[in-house]
Amino acid sequence: MSIPMIVFIICGIFAVLGAIGLILAREPVHSALSLVLVMIALAVLYLLLGAAFIAAIQILVYAGAIMVLFVFVIMLLNAGVEVRTNLSRLARWVGIPLAFLFLVEMIYSLFHEYVGRAGMAAGGTFAAPVPASTEALSMKIFTEFVLPFELTSILILIAILGALVLAKKESA
Amino acid sequence: MFPPLQDLYRIAPEIVLCFFGILIMLIDPFVPAGRKRSMGWLAFVGTLVALASLRFMFTHLGSAYSGLLRVDVFSLFVHGIVIVVAALAILGSFDYLDHENIQRGEYYALLLFATAGMGILASANELITAFVGLEISSISTYILVGFRRTVLKSNESSLKYFLLGSFATAFFLYGIALTYGATRSTRFEAINQAIAAHGSGALLILGLGLIFVGLGFKVVAAPFQIYTPDVYEGAPTPVTAVLACGPKAAAFAVMLRIFYSAFGNASHIWFWAIWVSAVLTMCIGNFAALVQSNVKRLLAYSSIAHAGYILVAFVAASEIGVAAVLFYLAAYAAMTLGAFLIVAHVGGTGERRLDVADYAGLGTNQPWVAACFSLFLLSLLGLPATAGFLGKFYAFSAAVDQRIVWLVVIAAINSVIGAYYYLKVIVAMYFWEPNKEWTPSPMHAPMFIVLLLTAIGTIYLGILPDRVMQWAIASAQSLH
Repeated sequence: MSIPMIVFIICGIFAVLGAIGLILAREPVHSALSLVLVMIALAVLYLLLGAAFIAAIQILVYAGAIMVLFVFVIMLLNAGVEVRTNLSRLARWVGIPLAFLFLVEMIYSLFHEYVGRAGMAAGGTFAAPVPASTEALSMKIFTEFVLPFELTSILILIAILGALVLAKKESA
Repeated sequence: MFPPLQDLYRIAPEIVLCFFGILIMLIDPFVPAGRKRSMGWLAFVGTLVALASLRFMFTHLGSAYSGLLRVDVFSLFVHGIVIVVAALAILGSFDYLDHENIQRGEYYALLLFATAGMGILASANELITAFVGLEISSISTYILVGFRRTVLKSNESSLKYFLLGSFATAFFLYGIALTYGATRSTRFEAINQAIAAHGSGALLILGLGLIFVGLGFKVVAAPFQIYTPDVYEGAPTPVTAVLACGPKAAAFAVMLRIFYSAFGNASHIWFWAIWVSAVLTMCIGNFAALVQSNVKRLLAYSSIAHAGYILVAFVAASEIGVAAVLFYLAAYAAMTLGAFLIVAHVGGTGERRLDVADYAGLGTNQPWVAACFSLFLLSLLGLPATAGFLGKFYAFSAAVDQRIVWLVVIAAINSVIGAYYYLKVIVAMYFWEPNKEWTPSPMHAPMFIVLLLTAIGTIYLGILPDRVMQWAIASAQSLH
């Protein structure tokens, strides 16, 4: 087993454990910290795929800025222990089996698509299908995909406007 | 390498709408609190300029931004619907915002941004662009739904819409990722070619399914319609009017493009999924509407039922089917916009009069309003010589052409069931004794003009559909 494969398995396990912890933890801070674990594990996975820029952004923006904000908000609001609601009957008898079915479907189709085509079997390479270097990425963003990139600025403007609308003090 | 300058003409309406949105944000702080309505007029001018700028799109048909957008007659048609809906909704919002004490410039700016997002959806020819357009229109509408900040119900519906909408968006994104994994592209033509070359594997089917979850939420197709009545009821009524017409039309447009252009070679896969969804949507909408006593909720369920009728035309997967979907969207926009704005008018301050019983005596109190409302309801019901009848007629005949007879039978039974609850409101307006003294609020000029235009639109599409139907057919042809 190659070293990337070992790193992949370890990070994959951490990501799944973090995701489960996020849902099951009763203290909001524990949930937030589990999410940090997921983010960091994902960043390592991106790195394995050769996407260094995405990995760096993942750490900077998600694990860094956003999660710090989460933790601060939780602490400032002094959020107490989560009150458990019992799963509704629909969630228990329909939701959980469906979620499980979805998992099986995902595993089946991914295996069908990749292992079936002898991709993994041929040595388990993690080479990205397209060059994912920062240079190639920026070339794509600023030439081919410049429209969605610019549209995102409108999206952020709307988010700011929305925060203003919902949080502004009522002027007398 | 760099996008050529004439690409700007192809997104002219979006540029205009965003320009006016930002202009309103800049001017708004300097406008005194009592004169905020001027921002509404500015937004209205913005929509008119955007409508005029469709001319630039028309003279520069073709693909733009390295093929991410495809500006054709189809996208022009949908642009026309969403911009007209926004313009009329702005006029219809003036009085409502005044008496709810939320007359603020941000409302109009958000409405313009949302319309720009819907415009992007109408032209998107690639999944990432479609996603960004979907997000622009969704996030603006989440905020608009919660615009009555002091009303608990509005907060609830905004939060519900936001949380469920975020889930739907996540599903859509997951679907994009899987589709990319299976076909190595997010461009519709490339996906189509990949399916033609390699067939459709399990991964692609899963991706398409998840994309349908995300878009089904926006077009309120069952089983993703659960949120509709609560959100439509809690939202400010003019916003509800927009929600029922604009985002729905845009989402149907991008769904048509994705299912026909990108996944056209895999239509045997999605045929039954849409078929079942259409049946569920019609039945849930109609049966739940039967027991409603709140007119706003009743219309919300009716909007679910109508999404089902549109899906019937969608299943047909033919040129006539696409044209029928587009015609239905235009007809539905005219009658629903009018109906919801009358609900806003009758509801009065704080939306207190929403019950069917509150409409008792409207026929004698405000005969013109009652007549307009009856017209819209009869059109929703599908009475001949109204837009709703021809919408259904084209939709059902497109399905019959493709030998999808059972679905049409179910749809026909459903439209008969619909008669009960639409007629109930009309009977209340004309034959019930008003249960309390009530002086209806006076009708002001902007609202009057909107009702007049939507009523004319409803009758025009019902009697002289040829011209609009020809555009719809031309749009359907341009899709390929």
